[in-house]
Amino acid sequence: MRILGSKVSYGLLGLTAVAVLVSLVMIFIVVPTEATMGIIQRIFYYHVPVAWVAFLAFFVVLIASILYLWKRKRKWDVIASASAELGVIFTSLVLITGSIWAKPIWGVWWTWDARLTTSLVLWLIYVAYLMVRASIGEEEKAARFAAVVGIIGFVDVPIVALAIQLWGTQHPGAVIFEGGLAPVMLATLLISLLAVTSLYALLLVQRVSLRNDELRLDDIKRRIEMIREEGNG
Amino acid sequence: MNASLKKIWAVLYKDIITEVRTREIIVSVLVFSLLVIIVFSFAFGVNRAVIEAVAPGILWVAFAFAGVLALNRQFIPEKENGCLEGILASPISREALFFGKMLSTTLFLVAVEVIIIPVFALLFDVAVIDPKIILVTIMGTIGFAAVGTLFSALAVNTRAREMVLPVLFLPVVVPVIIAAVKASESALSGGDWGDISSWLLIIGAFDIIFITVPYLIFNYIVEE
Repeated sequence: MRILGSKVSYGLLGLTAVAVLVSLVMIFIVVPTEATMGIIQRIFYYHVPVAWVAFLAFFVVLIASILYLWKRKRKWDVIASASAELGVIFTSLVLITGSIWAKPIWGVWWTWDARLTTSLVLWLIYVAYLMVRASIGEEEKAARFAAVVGIIGFVDVPIVALAIQLWGTQHPGAVIFEGGLAPVMLATLLISLLAVTSLYALLLVQRVSLRNDELRLDDIKRRIEMIREEGNG
Repeated sequence: MNASLKKIWAVLYKDIITEVRTREIIVSVLVFSLLVIIVFSFAFGVNRAVIEAVAPGILWVAFAFAGVLALNRQFIPEKENGCLEGILASPISREALFFGKMLSTTLFLVAVEVIIIPVFALLFDVAVIDPKIILVTIMGTIGFAAVGTLFSALAVNTRAREMVLPVLFLPVVVPVIIAAVKASESALSGGDWGDISSWLLIIGAFDIIFITVPYLIFNYIVEE
């Protein structure tokens, strides 16, 4: 699959572009300003979808890691590593947008709340995941070890959440599922959700095809090296 | 004794003999965790109220750092001397190796804690010698050892091994540290078993999950 060459990529690019544009119009023009929090609340429409996509990305890492250990196909490792990179980026965005939102509302950039602490731990675990990958030279071994970290890391997060939940939380709960959102706000959130999710899918497809090209290039280099050595010998 | 228990015992026994002869892990870890405690006491000042507030935290940070140090010594010497290949070539399953190593780590850490806790109680005059705190400590140590053994075996195969282990290990054991500190805090301030039961439950859940999952995936780490 060539970068931006396939129908899937163009489809995702189109969908992302349209959804991002529509969501921006919704957020800045259509949706009314929230009564208690004011203008800053508009960050919600990207904060929540980005958080959802970060979690989705790590879930994809988990599934691809299990499939890699089971089937030993390089493609699963490529998907896992691409999704982990994206997950780290999206988690960083969640932490940043959350801090920007927290400062005017709670008066602090950061608080050791259940939701916040779990997100930070999640971020640390997958940064470690990327470090493990980077610190192993052998490609097959790096893939195997990364898969192990990808599985343990995902298993850990619900336990962290459970442990921290016990000492109380300041972060609002699942307002979306409790029906506490006005219809126009819900519609805006859903469009943003679509925009960010399709952005993730687009970036994943691009990163996977880039990684495949890198791997192919490595193979070609190795083959040239072999031929050269045969010529010399 | 059944065959797999015998093999687990063989790994554990080998580690105990090595430790008895070299005294490498327990002595260095003990000295290190005492130093951590002393540094913290300087950092926070020796004010009574402060000590009571931070005592469980200091204790668990000392255990966490001690855990990293002990875990680094679990697989690095094996790797350096080519012993790991020997163990893998012997008729011992990967599962037995995992449990043997996990038990020896637990044993060494408990040995260190048996000394650290009374010293801590003596230095700071806090009542940490308490059945609740002892149970929390043992349960926490099992969780540390289970997930640590997996990551220790993993880190030894990486380039920056001494750094990879803490970076992997500490975020993943965060729930144990949180639950253990909270349970110790509540035990120190006179709480009964009912007050710490929810925290014990968390540590117990962590222990079960982090014995089961590493047990299932350990052989992907040590395969050659």
